[in-house]
Amino acid sequence: MTTMTMARAINEGLRVAMDADSKVVLFGQDIGRLGGVFRVTDGLQKDFGEHRVMDAPLAESGIVGTAIGLAMRGYRPVIEIQFEAFVYPAFDQIVSQVAKMHRRSAGTVRLPMVMRMPYGGGIGAVEHHSESPEAYFVHTAGLRVLTPSDPQSAYLTIQQAIACEDPVIYLEPKRRYWDKGEVDLDTTLGNTGLLSPWRARIMRPGTDVSVIAYGPMVRTCLEAAEAADGVALEVIDLQSLSPLDLATVVESVERTGRAVIVHEASRTAGLGAEIAAQIAERCFYSLEAPVQRVTGYDVPYPASRLEEDFLPDLDRVLTAVDRVMED
Amino acid sequence: MSTPIDLTGVDRETALRLYRQVVRLRRFEDKVYQLFLKGELPGTVHQYQGQEAVAVGVCEALAADDWITSTHRPHGHAIAKGVSMRAAMAELYGKATGCCGGKGGSMHLGDPDVGMVPAIAIVAGGVSVVSGMGLAFKLQKSGQVAACFFGEGATNEGAFHEGLNFSAVQKLPIVYVCENNLYGASTAYHLTTLVPEVTERVKAYGIPAISVDGMDPVAVRAAMQQAREHAASGHGPMLIEAKTYRFAGHSRGDARKYRGREEEDTWKELDPITRMRDAILARDPADEQAITQIDAEIETELDDAVEFARQSPLPDATLAFTDVYADPFPIPSVVGERS
Ligand SMILES: Cc1ncc(C[n+]2csc(CCOP(=O)(O)OP(=O)(O)O)c2C)c(N)n1
Repeated sequence: MTTMTMARAINEGLRVAMDADSKVVLFGQDIGRLGGVFRVTDGLQKDFGEHRVMDAPLAESGIVGTAIGLAMRGYRPVIEIQFEAFVYPAFDQIVSQVAKMHRRSAGTVRLPMVMRMPYGGGIGAVEHHSESPEAYFVHTAGLRVLTPSDPQSAYLTIQQAIACEDPVIYLEPKRRYWDKGEVDLDTTLGNTGLLSPWRARIMRPGTDVSVIAYGPMVRTCLEAAEAADGVALEVIDLQSLSPLDLATVVESVERTGRAVIVHEASRTAGLGAEIAAQIAERCFYSLEAPVQRVTGYDVPYPASRLEEDFLPDLDRVLTAVDRVMED
Repeated sequence: MSTPIDLTGVDRETALRLYRQVVRLRRFEDKVYQLFLKGELPGTVHQYQGQEAVAVGVCEALAADDWITSTHRPHGHAIAKGVSMRAAMAELYGKATGCCGGKGGSMHLGDPDVGMVPAIAIVAGGVSVVSGMGLAFKLQKSGQVAACFFGEGATNEGAFHEGLNFSAVQKLPIVYVCENNLYGASTAYHLTTLVPEVTERVKAYGIPAISVDGMDPVAVRAAMQQAREHAASGHGPMLIEAKTYRFAGHSRGDARKYRGREEEDTWKELDPITRMRDAILARDPADEQAITQIDAEIETELDDAVEFARQSPLPDATLAFTDVYADPFPIPSVVGERS
């Protein structure tokens, strides 16, 4: 086991993938000389050369389009979008081309490409440096969506994303980049077992309430579980947002009879809505209380002095837990 | 050595005003930098030191009811267009008295009252918006002009090309102001762009372009006067490429490892403040006193702005829920969780 930050763990995961396959190439703004705004690609251009780690023009639509072409010709491009909201200029390419090429070509074209982007708030930035756009991508058939929550899951999921034959939106919770954790660098994709990135992880078993979270909120929920008085919370890290590992969620909720879903993104038509609907459809008769959601509000991400009020925190998670325990 | 600034045809009052403006922008940014390091300002900042001559020269040539659009690096544009130091500083502090009521912050500085669209930090975002603004001015025959600031990096975004093509064919009253400071964040323009002269690139759209010394407010002002006249008289848009340099890093915590210190020193010799001062004093050494007085007034203005920002209240947290819609709208998650 080695202790490292999440940013470092992604870097190590990229390294493993690049070592294993010379077709893995990186493309993005300021990722080469600078090593990326969050230094996730630090040192990779030096070690793998300018042909495998390329600085891109300011042209997100072009970056994604270029990755499509590379992927169609045998490469496994990993692109970086500098901040999540800069992906919107490329939205057309992702929704209309990346997501649909395989189907459109009757399965003959594969696009094994990874679109990495930091997402979420908590770093005192403004709206388009703090958003949580996952629902747009989860809603789009043809894309997979992964998000790590700690260094160990980052190290493995980035490799899994690159190994995948489908396009993957890879969302990195930026305020957790500097969180340290233990990483088993010897775990390989072949022997991950339950750590398989397309599965959810039970981070902390509990008997009373299933708390379902992903990305930046996993740590918040683990802290809430620690602080919860006389209630045993089971904290689930979804890891994969598309596909969703509903089996793990359903199994848990059937045991606990109570569910709280936590995400930073705004509530309406967010991922929590889908998960709540799935729970209602599949475990209705096991439920002891209505499912609760703890989310960002339905407003644009606020300026930095107000973000503490916007972001779900430990108190809001515990309030929702109280509410499901009352019923 | 740099070419001295040529004050021919510039009266004393104008010369001193240009000097005052470049110093105001510089001192504001220097103060912001200190406050940022002290931890008084949230978020990040993209600073304007070095590029002051561009904003000052452009805004000096604009009419009060002309508009500008701005970028992630908007502090200089805002102050040059008329946002007060108080309102700008308070916004950087996230205070309710800021020019956006504390809801914008560094990257969204602006104020419709002075003709500045709250800055758009999505690179090239303003280039699309300015087309609509120019179209409105044309349809209204208002005689107004919109100036659109952006960096050379923006010229590789699709939005840039869509915007220029449309405004050219529509002959819109727009002046594009490209601040070519050689780097988009850490990446040198020539590494991403085979034709690094922006004036060359826009020929493809039929837009006339002038290249100007972006470290000289007098030269920028003259170019802008010409461009504004062209745009306002129905001849369509024009582009100014101002060759300039940012002395600061791209944003907070940028160690500037991608460029040499020698290159930085060469550009610092072109510092618009020293050059403006030298030119004024070369013409009349007696203006030393006027310059000293201007410098002192700016310090007072700046101290007052910081004090004002510090004393101002933070916006109430519930303000995050206001101004989301213009007409009454029950915000679902608020109704849900709060009731
Ligand atoms: C669409 C988009 N992509 C990326 C960014 C991140 N970013 C902000 S400024 C910048 C560099 C911009 O360079 P340039 O346009 O030349 O302006 P300068 O910073 O030199 O003033 C980058 C990459 C962004 N804000 N928007």
